[in-house]
Amino acid sequence: MTTEKTTEPLWWALFSVVGVAAENKVPIHIILVGFALPLGWITDTGALYRYGWVKVYLFVLIVLPLYHWAHRFYFALNDMGLKPMNKTLAVLCYGGAIIGTAVTAWILLKV
Amino acid sequence: MGFWVSSSISKLATRNRYHEVTMAEPTITLNVTRYRPGQDRAPTTQAYAVPYKEDWVVLDALNHIKDQIDGTLSYRWSCRMGVCGSCGMMVNGTPKLTCAAFLRDYYPGEIRVEPLINFPIIRDLVIDMSDFLDKLKSVKPWIIRKEEKPVARGEYLQTPAELEAFHQFTQCINCMLCYAACPVYGLEPKFLGPAAIALGYRYNMDSRDQGKEQRAVIGNHDGIWDCTFVGECSVVCPKDVDPAAAIQRSKVDTTKNWFQSILMPWGQR
Amino acid sequence: MTGIRPDPSKLYNRKMPATWWLQKKSYFLFMLRELSSVFIALFLLVYLYQIYQLTQGPEAYAAFTRRLSSPGWIFFNLIAFLFAVYHSVTWFQSTAVVLPVRLGERLVPRQIVTALHIGFWIVVSLGVLILFLALKD
Repeated sequence: MTTEKTTEPLWWALFSVVGVAAENKVPIHIILVGFALPLGWITDTGALYRYGWVKVYLFVLIVLPLYHWAHRFYFALNDMGLKPMNKTLAVLCYGGAIIGTAVTAWILLKV
Repeated sequence: MGFWVSSSISKLATRNRYHEVTMAEPTITLNVTRYRPGQDRAPTTQAYAVPYKEDWVVLDALNHIKDQIDGTLSYRWSCRMGVCGSCGMMVNGTPKLTCAAFLRDYYPGEIRVEPLINFPIIRDLVIDMSDFLDKLKSVKPWIIRKEEKPVARGEYLQTPAELEAFHQFTQCINCMLCYAACPVYGLEPKFLGPAAIALGYRYNMDSRDQGKEQRAVIGNHDGIWDCTFVGECSVVCPKDVDPAAAIQRSKVDTTKNWFQSILMPWGQR
Repeated sequence: MTGIRPDPSKLYNRKMPATWWLQKKSYFLFMLRELSSVFIALFLLVYLYQIYQLTQGPEAYAAFTRRLSSPGWIFFNLIAFLFAVYHSVTWFQSTAVVLPVRLGERLVPRQIVTALHIGFWIVVSLGVLILFLALKD
């Protein structure tokens, strides 16, 4: 219940679900992609990425944190004094996340 | 340790003409904001040397200044025991109840006493709290019933579990330290703020209350949604109300209701 | 006693500086926590780009993986890793505050809830690692 129309709960819900579901898997992926593979601790052929369910997992892993970033970064910029540019920031952040979603889907379908 | 004690004692000791040693009283310096409305363009700082006593708090020092040194200093205080919420000020940059800030925790350093931040200054250490009072009123911090229960039908019954659901949020003494700690409120004066939201939540969670829809201001953009969970409000709260928790739980609650109203517009709670 | 307000023309308004978050340790840590989302997003874009290389052929994929071994990239990934871990730990601390856990009559202490979340997180991460090792080839 609010005295004004707002979609804020939607963005907050996305932001929260992300934190629960996707964001916490990121550290292990940084270890794999950022250290294990480049430094040769393990090798891989990329065959992994052709499984359908792996693509779904990756879609969730990559896309959800983009909305988490959009929401947090938007508010952080506000907190750093950029509130007058509110509307522009909202478009850049949430719009960026939406574009990221489309690009991710396109790439995963192509692989 | 002994070296420092004896050297500081020797600094304080003086001999009178009878060669008797007397000890001067140790003092501590308070740097206090002064602002005279209509006279001063901007606040200034005035230094006062106050006797240092082990069991004194900053409020004792201020009272000493007012009684013995400078009667023109203005500030709010009342109970001097941390229940009335009147004496909130910035002590070395941190919002504190001056009746709970002991001199010994700062001695021998100097203490900077400033009016509570994020509020306009009326005079010296006195701030204008009208904004907070308006916001407090807007959340309707009282039991709202759809239908009053007549006295003849007896009391409202509440289990210990029902009481526990909101009890900690009843402890708020309206001291406004949380507003001084909150950077969001500093940046956005329209933000409803920690105490107001925590008190709105307190009544929403009270099993006797039926007035959630009337506290809809909580779910506005400048209600809970301005909060970015910095958490400083709960850190400075002298009564452990944990307003940050109240705000985040309100977000969960409001979001659940929002989805319910979108997905199931016919059924209302 | 309604309606008695101070004269607004005599009030002094202090401005909050835009550098407020640099002035206190807790504020600075808060801002770091918020900016962690930037590094996480950047890493994921790098990861996405690596996956994209697969569509350009196995050579391109291997070449990009080799590129990630340069000191610059290792440094970036180290920073991203630290931020990602910081995000997760502070997230679990927040969850313990937002969603209190009851065991019968009593409230489970927040540190224990946080520790349980962290434990579960480590287990899930190991699960991801094992799956990756099993399916990578």
